[in-house]
Amino acid sequence: MAFSEEDGSNGGASEASEEREAPGRRRRLGWAATAWLTFYNIAMTAGWLVLAITMVRFYMEKGTHKGLYKSIQKTLKFFQTFALLEIVHCLIGIVPTSVLVAGVQVSSRIFMVWLITHSIKPIQNEESVVLFLVAWTVTEITRYSFYTFSLLNHLPYFIKWARYNFFIILYPVGVAGELLTIYAALPHVKKSGMYSIRLPNKYNISFDYYYFLLITMASYIPLFPQLYFYMLRQRRKVLHGEVIVEKDD
Amino acid sequence: MQRLGRSCVSWTSPRFPQVEPHATIAEIKNLFTKSHPQWYPARQSLRLDPKGKSLKDEDVLQKLPVGTTATLYFRDLGAQISWVTVFLTEYTGPLFIYLLFYFRVPFIYGHKYDFTSSRHTVVHLACICHSFHYVKRLLETLFVHRFSHGTMPLRNIFKNCTYYWGFAAWMAYYINHPLYTPPTYGAQQVKLALAIFVICQLGNFSIHMALRDLRPAGSKTRKIPYPTKNPFTWLFLLVSCPNYTYEMGSWIGFAIMTQCLPVALFSLAGFIQMTIWAKGKHRSYLKEFRDYPPLRMPIIPFLL
Repeated sequence: MAFSEEDGSNGGASEASEEREAPGRRRRLGWAATAWLTFYNIAMTAGWLVLAITMVRFYMEKGTHKGLYKSIQKTLKFFQTFALLEIVHCLIGIVPTSVLVAGVQVSSRIFMVWLITHSIKPIQNEESVVLFLVAWTVTEITRYSFYTFSLLNHLPYFIKWARYNFFIILYPVGVAGELLTIYAALPHVKKSGMYSIRLPNKYNISFDYYYFLLITMASYIPLFPQLYFYMLRQRRKVLHGEVIVEKDD
Repeated sequence: MQRLGRSCVSWTSPRFPQVEPHATIAEIKNLFTKSHPQWYPARQSLRLDPKGKSLKDEDVLQKLPVGTTATLYFRDLGAQISWVTVFLTEYTGPLFIYLLFYFRVPFIYGHKYDFTSSRHTVVHLACICHSFHYVKRLLETLFVHRFSHGTMPLRNIFKNCTYYWGFAAWMAYYINHPLYTPPTYGAQQVKLALAIFVICQLGNFSIHMALRDLRPAGSKTRKIPYPTKNPFTWLFLLVSCPNYTYEMGSWIGFAIMTQCLPVALFSLAGFIQMTIWAKGKHRSYLKEFRDYPPLRMPIIPFLL
């Protein structure tokens, strides 16, 4: 589930009514943490903006999506991999998101970038790749600018609006792009037998990357609706001030 | 417990038959069940504050910080299942599942291997050890353990069984596979590993017996465990939860014996979980007992 939004914000407010008192609401962030997070979020916003602009320019110049991935791959890998830091932010507590949620979010992105598009070259020119790249880019620019403005205590309403509305379209689009890409990669994985270990071997283990990918695709079925409806609930809470009482499990 | 319960009911005593001041929470729970039969006592969490801690069954009403009228808040804990049932189910699974692979029941490996037997001694030894381990656990559940809580939420049984049964199948598949590769250092490695396994099983059992003897039947008292005459219990000098330490040792032994990576991964998963439990237990001991021995670590002597 590479295309998913996480709960909470980087040291800023995500709840509608608490925008004003945001930073003090959950924790007093030290000046060093605030400075670092502000820098981090500005840098990430900038990075994804560069990615977006490069993609648009490529399409305008070449008129095709073929070769687009190759032209942006270094930037994509850099900024998406850098996002691993977000797990550390959660671990040390400067961001209120749970480590598990951040971990799943970032891991699925890393999986798509390094274990699919980077490793399986024949699928790099698939249309589905552009699909999820566009979805990711717009989402990340919105998300990181949301965090940046929250940290600076100056969140324009339209950014908040964007963050809690764009996902309605972008999330399914991103998931579609990812699933189609993995699906396109399957024949190549089966033929090459990549990332797989067969018996016999001295550690008595086997792994079949092809079946692993099938299981990954299947896991989208239970996971995607949960994350999507979670975001819809967040949206109702933040934008419409609804008080949602969680069911006691 | 962090979320608002949908059934957080304020219940003041005048609505109910007279509750004596010396009534225990357990008795009040029984009264509550009479008027709300769908919420049996094990499902009830009663507290003085909606966000407060659950009151214990043994607590006496007049000893609590209440005035002439007591307001108790109720939360539904959801369907409950007894610990004994959960343990028996989650341990019987691996016992049988492993044997399915050991006897190479059809449809697991290729048809030419159906009901064949491995030519490696270590494979037979591994089956004996694995089976012994789970039989021991079942017997301990029935005859040794004294549980503090009677029940746990029903959903736990699905989670726990998936974990135990899933890992058992995964390990058993490779150990009993026709293409299984025996340990690199041969009989030497197997003998050493077997020794570790046996010692740790004995150790684990000794600790379970020692913990049982700390607590009289039917009671829920908690005391600091100390070493007894049994040398295996001397590990109490260094750790709070030597039963987990020995359990880790057993699985490490089994992993070395079979030289099977899935076994090592299962051991790792178990280690992480047991460390979390050990740290929690250690913290409770420290909180409850002022004179808790300072040298003890939760699970690994001197380290963790």
